This record gives sequence, structure tokens and C-alpha cells, in this order.
Amino acid sequence: MSAELLQFIFSGITVGAIYALVGLGFSIIYNASQVINFAQGEFVMIGGMATVSLLAAGLPMPVAIVLAILATIVVGMALEKLAIEPARSASIVTLIIITIGASIFLRGLAQIVWDRNFHPMSSFSGDKPINIGGASIVPQSLWVLGSTVVIVIALWIFFHRTRFGKAILATSFNSDVARLMGINVRFVLLFSFALAAMLGAIAGILITPIILTSYQVGVLLGLKGFSAAIVGGLGNPMGAIAGGFVVGIAESMTAGYISSDYKDAVAFIIILLVLFLRPQGLFGRKISERV
Amino acid sequence: MKYVTVPKLLPRTLARIDGMDTNIVDMNQGRPILKITSLASHYGRIQALFDVDIEVFEGELVALVGANGAGKTTLLRTISGLQRVSSGSIHYRGDDIGSVPAEQRVRLGISQVPEGRQVFGPMSVEDNLRLGAYTRPPEELRDSLEQMFDMFPALREMRSLAAGTLSGGQQQMLAIARALMAKPKLLLLDEPSMGLAPLLVAEVFNTITMLKDQQMTILLVEQNAQKALSIADRGYVIETGRIVLTDRGSTLLDNKEVQTAYLGV
Repeated sequence: MSAELLQFIFSGITVGAIYALVGLGFSIIYNASQVINFAQGEFVMIGGMATVSLLAAGLPMPVAIVLAILATIVVGMALEKLAIEPARSASIVTLIIITIGASIFLRGLAQIVWDRNFHPMSSFSGDKPINIGGASIVPQSLWVLGSTVVIVIALWIFFHRTRFGKAILATSFNSDVARLMGINVRFVLLFSFALAAMLGAIAGILITPIILTSYQVGVLLGLKGFSAAIVGGLGNPMGAIAGGFVVGIAESMTAGYISSDYKDAVAFIIILLVLFLRPQGLFGRKISERV
Repeated sequence: MKYVTVPKLLPRTLARIDGMDTNIVDMNQGRPILKITSLASHYGRIQALFDVDIEVFEGELVALVGANGAGKTTLLRTISGLQRVSSGSIHYRGDDIGSVPAEQRVRLGISQVPEGRQVFGPMSVEDNLRLGAYTRPPEELRDSLEQMFDMFPALREMRSLAAGTLSGGQQQMLAIARALMAKPKLLLLDEPSMGLAPLLVAEVFNTITMLKDQQMTILLVEQNAQKALSIADRGYVIETGRIVLTDRGSTLLDNKEVQTAYLGV
């Protein structure tokens, strides 16, 4: 494999892991409520911006990161409580539009609370590139990939091995019947927003040392996470992860071999192709169910 | 194949039914476990239930029969809490539960087997059963699972299969077992025979009779009026959202109007 190709793959899987985390957030909320939460990208932005400002306030990095994640979770829960829950008898399309409104609001708020500039953040463990097969990878990429792997495993265990995780899955399959089991589906929805906000914040914090952050990074990262979720089959968490890597690698290949001008368009071309050719997503399968 | 045409009445139940013709409800001692009084319910602007009065006593099997769209499912959904009450009241063991959320009513002992089974298709049979016991302490789970597997041996063999791959009859058994996992005091069954082959219909009714023999209080909603009324202690006939008749199950079976309207006699 040429060093150049390897280099593109490294950068592809790094951003791909971020899209995967964002896509997971989309999938989790979609599963709990059929709502596509277009404020997901703002969770990414808030995670990064909050960490940067807490670091600037002099807090040590681990403390700043934990507080930023908690703050984002609070924003996610507030979004559900204040914007989604009061309108929960409205149609799904209405709820989706509410999330678009919420994302514009949060972006505006970020400009007031913080500012309109780009902010750097130092890497977690230095910037000395590691050489692998002629290509180089920065330590932050390893943080991104390692954290993503840990999160995916933790989520898998949560959804398939714990009572509450299974209750969330049951709610996604049939929320009326979940209530008949005694599951509080309103709490499930609130929890899903908290979980999605946490994933978004972590993604935002991990990527900030590589791409900088500003009040508007959430727009593009959110949309690309959305493509990851669509490519993998909306509502299929493992698909969203695979979708994230597909989008990330396709993007870095395009940037490397064609032109970086087209980089951002790739995600959307992939969405269109998937929706035309395989609307259930690359990894979505038709559920076999006898009635 | 064992059809249940004659209700397998327990001595206790026989004693209760003997010699009563007019007001059978008065024959039951004590307060009803479920008492619905002049209940109305709406879907948006459309009224689905009008002035419904129903009582179910401890250990009783009560059948609610009626045509498609008469409001049977709506009534069950108001009892389990999935459907809002517009006016009137639902008293369960003496308490008005009209504003208690559905997930809390399960904790009070009301468990519903939904129409069309509605098992969690992609999840395993065992996970479906475990979710049925969601409101109960986890340490009691193992015993209850064993009980269900003893009652429905087919489920034991299929415990790790996705529930959606089971046949219709097996899914119905799973749906009933799942509801029983909550240890209900009142079991609501919505059209358990719907879409099943005659052999399986008989099996489902055998199961219901068996539950009745174990003193389970059951409110059974059915389109199959013949079978439902033949195993029920008492029956209600519902038409376009109103209760039009109520009597002992066997008396309703002999009723001319019921025969022409629902039994195809």
C-alpha cells in the first residue's frame, strides 16, 4: 500500500470516528422518538467550545473536559424538556423543525456566551507524529480512535446487557407496548437526549485539537454525522458507526485524489446514492417478522 | 386437539352462578376489582366510547364482545392507560386510576396483552419475557421465567430466538407469557385469537381457561363471540362505543339478538 493512500486512510478514519459518534447520537434519539435531532451538531460545538473556555479559565484539562461534557448533557436534557416534550403530541415533522430551530438558537447563544472566533486547543498528549509505513499519524488521532472504540463497546454492553438498555431498545421497537411493560418512555426520551448530547460533546472535544472549534463547527459536523447515520441505516447504531467510517474515508480520499474543494460535498453525494440505491442504508436489513 | 365448548367451571364459580338470573353482579361478594362508570373516550374529535359501565370481580372471566370498530380495543386501552379518559371514571381496587400513567398501572397489577400480539420482534423470546417483568425485582425473575417455560414449553426451546421469527400462535403465547411476567392481578386480553388457525385458536382458549382455573381475573376482548362467551362467567356486548347488553356468558350465548348479530346462527 502506498504511503500516500495509507495517509489518507489514517485521516479518513480519524474524522470517520467523529462522524460515527455524531451519527450514533442521531440514531439514539431517532430510535427513542423517530425524531431526527438537527441540534446534534450543536452538542459537538458546545463540547468543544466549553472545554476551550474552561481551559482558558485555568482549569486542568481533565476537569475542563468532564465539566464540558456535563454542561452539554444539561443542554441536551433542557432541549428535550423545554422544546420537545411540550410538543410531544405534535407530528414528527414539527418536532424535527423544532430541533432545527433549537440548533439556530444554540448557535446564536454560543456567539453571545463565547465569540465568533476560531479557537485552538492543545492535543491531549503532544503533537509529535508517529510514523507508520511511511505515513504519519498524530497522537490525537489515536485518542479519537481509542475513545470511539471504548464508547462503542460500552454502549453495546449498555444496550444489550443491562435492563434499562433493553428497555430503551424495546421503546424504540414499540413505545406503546413498552409502556405496557411498565417502562417510563418519557424518561427514556430524556435519557436518550442526554446520551446523544454526551456523545456529541465527546466528539467535539476529541476533534477540536485537530480542526479547531468555533460557534459554527456544529453545522457541518452535524450534517456529516447525519449522513453517517443515513448511510448505516437510520436507527441502526452499529450501522451509524460503519457509516461514519465510510463517509470519513470517502471524504479524505476525495480531498487527496481529486480536490479538497469537493471534500464536503462527498458526504451528501453518498447520502443521495444510498437513498437512491439502498434506502434502508448499507447495513440496514429488512426485519423478518411474521404476523 | 381439545376444544373447550363447555366452560370448565370451578365449584366456587358454579356456586356463584347457580340460581341467578337477573342481577348477577350482586351475587358477587365484595367490591369489584375493576369498576368503570359512565366512561367516555375520544380519538381527537371522534368519540369512541359513550357512557360505558363495566364491572369485573376478583377471579372472574369477563368477555367483551362486539364487531370490528365497536370500541373494544379503545376500552382496553383506557383501562391500561394508553388511551385518555374524556369523562367518567375507572376505579381499580377502590382507587380512581383515570389519571395514573400507563407505566404505573402495570405496577398496580394491570397487565395488557395488546391486539395483534406486538412482541418486540428483533429481541429474543427471553428478553421479551424479561421486559414483561420490568416492574418487578430482578431477583424474582428466574423463578417467573421457569414458571412461564413450564406453562409454555415451546417458549423454552425458542428462548434465544428473535421473537419476530416465531409463528403467530407462538407469538400469542409469548405475548400472554410476557404479560403474566408482571404478576398481574387483572389481565386484559385483546383479541388473542385474531389471525390464528382454528387449532391455535383452541390452544389460546385452553390457555385462557387454564389461567381462569388458577383464579386469574381476566377481561377478554374478542370478535370470536362464540368461544369467548362459552368460557366467560359474564359478558358484555359493545356496539358503536356503547354497552348494549350484559349477562352471564351462557345466557348471552342463548340470546336471540346476540345469536343473529355475532354468532351467525
